[in-house]
Amino acid sequence: MASENCLVANDWVCGQYLREYRQELTDATLQQLWITAVSVAIGLLVAFPLALAARRRRIVAGPVLAATTILYTVPSLAMFSLLLPVFGITPWLVVTGLVLYSLTILVRNILAGLQAVPADVTESARAMGYGPLRLLFGVELPLALPAVMAGLRIATVSTVALTTVGAIIDYGGLGNLLLSGIGSNFRAQVLAASVLCVVIAVLADVALLGVQWLLTPWKHKRRRARAGAAA
Amino acid sequence: MSAVGGAWDWLTTGANWSGQEGVVHRLGEHLYFSGVSLAIAMALALPPALLLGHHGRGGALAVNVSNAGRAVPTFAVLTLLLLLIGSDSDWPVIIALVLFAVPPLVTNAYVGVREADPDVVEAARGMGMTGRQLLLRIELPLAFPLIWTGVRSAAVQVIATATLAALAGFGGLGRIITAGFNRQITAQVVAGAVLVAVLALLVEGLFVVLQRALDPMRRRPARAAPPTPAPSPSGATR
Repeated sequence: MASENCLVANDWVCGQYLREYRQELTDATLQQLWITAVSVAIGLLVAFPLALAARRRRIVAGPVLAATTILYTVPSLAMFSLLLPVFGITPWLVVTGLVLYSLTILVRNILAGLQAVPADVTESARAMGYGPLRLLFGVELPLALPAVMAGLRIATVSTVALTTVGAIIDYGGLGNLLLSGIGSNFRAQVLAASVLCVVIAVLADVALLGVQWLLTPWKHKRRRARAGAAA
Repeated sequence: MSAVGGAWDWLTTGANWSGQEGVVHRLGEHLYFSGVSLAIAMALALPPALLLGHHGRGGALAVNVSNAGRAVPTFAVLTLLLLLIGSDSDWPVIIALVLFAVPPLVTNAYVGVREADPDVVEAARGMGMTGRQLLLRIELPLAFPLIWTGVRSAAVQVIATATLAALAGFGGLGRIITAGFNRQITAQVVAGAVLVAVLALLVEGLFVVLQRALDPMRRRPARAAPPTPAPSPSGATR
């Protein structure tokens, strides 16, 4: 049977590859997942105060937005290479590069979300005695959530894709399989790793959409109530 | 500190700029890949995107192309094309670059034409302009800033993807970086990265300058000013 020695035949689609190389595939996928998750999480933690500072002072907003735009222009391979003297060949090189990229999208979207909160809403909250912290976490952030989540989804999907470039220092998740597949002309491995990358990106996107749905219950509850009233 | 000094030494050594592996040759390859691919992508993407925007059809497609482009790793596409076509020609690189230049071109051109000021478009239609005149004389000039934003994004994307071509064994400036990694010379890795980053920023800057020079609406307010009683300053900042 052709499927029995598809590894020898170097077929693109090969069940035997998936069975025999399960360990390599799992390891690469797990590395891809943790590098992406840690990068986006740190990106979010850094972007949030930056967006708050940019909102408070216009003098901060200009340089922050300009700096993140310039960072985004630098090609990924160059970004990782510029960080080599700082981090050496460690996963933190890749994570730092990915964090810097995610900032462009995250800072912009968090800022846009916060600025879109209607002034009468914040004034009403202040009149009701909300302090600055309670105003931010209780009123402004929930209202800004759709914009923040939209940014988070874009940042996550791009980070999954960009992680593969980490293969240059062997911390590229599925990118490592791509790079080693080039040397050995290994079709089944290259196709499997590519498909897995896209699947991870799509699943992450859907998962974040689900998180957004859970975090904004008022959106669908209100719709249901309105539908009930209409019926 | 030593890495910066090392990279500076590497960049100021004349021997590193000449020959097959030198900066000049690699830069030439990089610009060749990028220029050819951007031209092909613009020829393929802009006409259909502008027509779709003019007729107001295929909006979901035009916008989703960009989202799909983000989820697919450029490195994976380069690798797949390399194994599919082989490394005898430059086609794997050029096809990959075209594929990733198309989404920003399509999305921005579509949105630009679609969202051209409806009052102006209606007025032009009322003056008896045909669909073709409407697209070429009204919608295209109005959409220019967004169309050009798409071209600029595509150009920067193409420069970045051309760098990755080196990972797949092709030429371009990225080759200086990968060769540095292979020989474990940090100075060369950093020097190559600086060259790539500077090229990307220069291309971005060039397209920003070109936008100002090429925008067909740029000179309008000045020429249109005399007949209007009080030229508004907002017209000039367009």
